Amino acid sequence: MTHLPYIVAAYALAIGLPLAFSIEALVRVRSAKRRLQAIDVRRDRGRV
Amino acid sequence: MATPSSAEHRRPARTLHRFANPGQFLRLSGKITPWLFWIGGLVTVCSLSWGLFFAPDDWQQGDTVRIMYVHVPFAWLASAGYFALAVCSFSSLIWRHPLADLAAVEIGPVGAGFTAVCLATGSLWGKPTWGAWWVWDARLTSVFVLLLLYLGHIALVRAFDDPTRGYRAGAILALVGVINLPIIKFSVEWWNTLHQPASIGLTGAPTIAASMLWPLLGSAIGFTLLFAAITITRTQAAVMEQRIRSLLMAKASSMSGEESVS
Repeated sequence: MTHLPYIVAAYALAIGLPLAFSIEALVRVRSAKRRLQAIDVRRDRGRV
Repeated sequence: MATPSSAEHRRPARTLHRFANPGQFLRLSGKITPWLFWIGGLVTVCSLSWGLFFAPDDWQQGDTVRIMYVHVPFAWLASAGYFALAVCSFSSLIWRHPLADLAAVEIGPVGAGFTAVCLATGSLWGKPTWGAWWVWDARLTSVFVLLLLYLGHIALVRAFDDPTRGYRAGAILALVGVINLPIIKFSVEWWNTLHQPASIGLTGAPTIAASMLWPLLGSAIGFTLLFAAITITRTQAAVMEQRIRSLLMAKASSMSGEESVS
């Protein structure tokens, strides 16, 4: 492979961006779910 | 002859609105997104490994052609993402779909990221092939305009104190920007460009060897599933965050009401 640095850089960007977006989205959902469970009165009523 | 009742007439509309319900969306998307992430990730890893290690070199470009397996799916998704943004904007303006605004806001940054990577990987492919990182030819310039449209949408929807006004302004910008999509598609045919014409079309047979076509299609499917999984998960978070905001506001107004009474 004579152009390895170009290929590695392209693949790193292509794998890194979706990975970063996926982690950010999953962390955001988990955090929102936790906050919602803490303040949503209707859910608490449903459990009781 | 029996005529359909008014309830039967309303059935398709009711079915459509069922999916506009945020609660229904959260339930359905919660089941779908793990599958999208796992299948998308698996297909992407297999296809990229195939393209990187097993697909043949190009007779003219040599091993730089392997950048195609990441550049082309990102180019397709840059345009497809903007089309999805425009569909959400249209639904928001015409039907006041409650999820459309949130989905449009969440598609924007993902689409901008994918467009930026499309331009960056194109640049990394262009330097060894053309001898230049960037040329102002019609295809590259029109994709750069697409990136600016995404960035404009991201800025516009966050520029107003009243989010509804931001959503409206962003939706209008998204719909106006749709004109750029056929310009991107046909730029290589309308103008004399350094960028090569399309190797895969809907009407004709592909002008690419099958040994390169299959890993390319695989990576396109994998990245598409990941794009869908990311945007749906971000929209889930946005729905929950909106609910949190409304609950906190309701709580704050009830507390201020109690204080004024006492």
